[in-house]
Amino acid sequence: MPAKLIRRYIFQVNRYDTNGYLLILNQLERGFKMALTGLEIYKQLPKKNCGECGVPTCLAFAMALAAGKAALDTCPYVTDAARENLESAAAPPIKAIKFGNGSVMGDETVMFRHDKTFYHETTVIIQISDALSDDEVSAKLAEINGLEFDRVGLHYSVEGVAVVNDSGDAARFAKVAAAVAAGTEKSLVLISNDPEALKAAVVPLAARKPLIGEANADNYEAVVTIAKENSVPVILKAEGLDALSDLVEKAVTLGYKEFVLDPGSKTTVQKLADLTQLRRLAIKKKFRTFGYPVIVFTNHDNPLDEIMEASVYVCKYASAIVLKTSAKAHILPLMALKQNLYTDPQKPIQVEEKLYAIGEVNENSPLYLTTNFSLTYYSVEGEVESTKIPSYIIPVNTEGTSVLTAYAAGKYEPELMWETMQKLGVPETLKHRNVIIPGYVAVVTAKLKEISGWNVIVGPRESSGIVAFAKTLK
Amino acid sequence: MSVTIVKERYAGKIGEVTLGATAEQGGTRTSTVTIGGDSALPFLHFEGKVNRPVIAMEVNDIPPTWNTTLTKQYGDVFNSPGAWAKQCVDDFGADLIYLKLLGADPDGVNRSPEDCVRVVKEVLAAVGVPLIVVGCGDTAKDNEVIAAVAEAATGENLLIGVAEQETYKTYAAAAMVHKHTLIAQSPLDINICKQLNILINEMGLPLNKIVIDSLIAGLGFGIEYAYSIMERARLGALGNDKMLAMPMFCSVGYEANRTKESNSPIEDNPQWGELDDRAVLWESLTASGLMQVGASIIMMRNPAAVAVVKKNIDELMSV
Repeated sequence: MPAKLIRRYIFQVNRYDTNGYLLILNQLERGFKMALTGLEIYKQLPKKNCGECGVPTCLAFAMALAAGKAALDTCPYVTDAARENLESAAAPPIKAIKFGNGSVMGDETVMFRHDKTFYHETTVIIQISDALSDDEVSAKLAEINGLEFDRVGLHYSVEGVAVVNDSGDAARFAKVAAAVAAGTEKSLVLISNDPEALKAAVVPLAARKPLIGEANADNYEAVVTIAKENSVPVILKAEGLDALSDLVEKAVTLGYKEFVLDPGSKTTVQKLADLTQLRRLAIKKKFRTFGYPVIVFTNHDNPLDEIMEASVYVCKYASAIVLKTSAKAHILPLMALKQNLYTDPQKPIQVEEKLYAIGEVNENSPLYLTTNFSLTYYSVEGEVESTKIPSYIIPVNTEGTSVLTAYAAGKYEPELMWETMQKLGVPETLKHRNVIIPGYVAVVTAKLKEISGWNVIVGPRESSGIVAFAKTLK
Repeated sequence: MSVTIVKERYAGKIGEVTLGATAEQGGTRTSTVTIGGDSALPFLHFEGKVNRPVIAMEVNDIPPTWNTTLTKQYGDVFNSPGAWAKQCVDDFGADLIYLKLLGADPDGVNRSPEDCVRVVKEVLAAVGVPLIVVGCGDTAKDNEVIAAVAEAATGENLLIGVAEQETYKTYAAAAMVHKHTLIAQSPLDINICKQLNILINEMGLPLNKIVIDSLIAGLGFGIEYAYSIMERARLGALGNDKMLAMPMFCSVGYEANRTKESNSPIEDNPQWGELDDRAVLWESLTASGLMQVGASIIMMRNPAAVAVVKKNIDELMSV
């Protein structure tokens, strides 16, 4: 905290209250940032120092609020205006919007994943036009329902289906929406500019909590009212950030805040710029008007170009993406990208510690040891697979660290290796007594040999050396 | 109401590096490629200068063991590195050729350094674009091979590599003496990356003759580590850390194509859909993720993916 702020802080404290000052000293030990937030809270309190909340002064109460140790409701005199200000100030920079079957968008707090982490994976939604025939609708829906993927021990599935009112016919829209709802458990999105069509579709499906839209400058009163009446979130769409900010501010006056924003940008590069600005303004400037999740629709019709375009928005700040293609080969790579980028950088993904069989193994197959850090394990697995020699791999539990890191931290000792091999029944499974260890831990060879009685073979340092190494195995 | 957009003001920028040399510059290239010079985060044109990432397509001195989803897109070129390179440039629009001398591998064909030099000359004669030349991966052999190549191609301003923490001296010396640019490779570690740049620079190679390879992982296999290391390096460079401010090279084609997702036929994994498009997108999205955090040179293999990535770059560069 800069000295200037501390001085201001002490000055205000002395001026208002000495009891509070003592409390602040306690707060200061917990961290300056919290104390400053307390001051901001204090400005909104009635400053009566009545003590009815159970804390002697308003300043002390503010500090307790900032520390999360008190609830605003215990103050009998706080004004409605102050309550709203405080609640919005305490709100996350980007509101979490929930819809459908467990879909959550927004609630992000950083610009870069290395700053902390990204929380809610981009919601992938696939659109179905109501101009398709009934048969085409059910074929497309079946394809979307089939988008379930397993890879590297993870399961991916597409979250949502958007019904788009291309037909211009309210009854047709409602009918297709009902058919889609009946045919999938996925989250629903209902897209039409026509308030009548939206109303016809959403009212019977309100229990599914669809996301609806789009509300624009012309129809927002009607569309936001439909959303409000049915308690569903609504997309606000305007072209460009200025128009979008106007629209949000007008929509807020209708007494509803369950919004998802669409900046309506026409090109990939403009969408990237707008998505970046929306995130920056919300997080760095705490600009409440843009403190909502952002949804984008792809421009491209060619599926390869469309997925490439969508990948830009997965990296940079889309909370939800609406796609046209629903082919497995197109969706899987995008799902992998979003899963990767939303992994918490502080929690490495681990694989289960077990005896993995690669190919048609038997009791004579070679045995490789590695660590349970998923990146390490899957690199080794890929290379072992490439050797075309059926083999066993054991990822020893090193708490998700790579070979060198684990060894440096004392988590990859020969005792642990041998203990793991025994625990997994390796001596019973294999006829031979040879174990291959990573080249980086060649130093444990003698010790591992001594305690296990096994022949220890030093493998390559990098997994990329495994194919060449395997050729040397007898 | 008009919204005031947030423009970051950065103290630093990415250094500009030129690859290749024309006849006037002491080489034989018909064109050169300049990368870096960016003063903004990737493709944020409202903030500063954004340079165009370039595509380097891989050519080997021996026929590749690639999946047919890749090889079927090429003509009968794999026995002739020159013809292979020419197809990459003429038909697929490669900005550079990445020549990996796999045949030098002592455990494989074990080509002599002289043979490798002959291949480099063949490729130089076949195409006018700048070349990246790297060895087979065997440290001892690569020292010999790259030294011979660097000498034989003096003045061409090749991008040679790879210089690692343990081996950088030979490479840096070869680059300095024979006027080439160097790939400095570090193992997904921003500190080693910076340290290696400092060490190479201390030997006397100017900063504008170094390209960073902080190593990457393919989509689905840890791309997020590369993504965050590159993003931190880019922010560090824009924050005026000159020892991180070199353009970045990414071996996308290699990493993306060694994954199961780029090789497993639909019969083995019906759930993953058909292989051709899946492999194209696996490579394209590996490139896309890394371009969004500052990749300057994208090494690629799949011609269809090259087309997808080039189109995306065009879109991201048009303002």
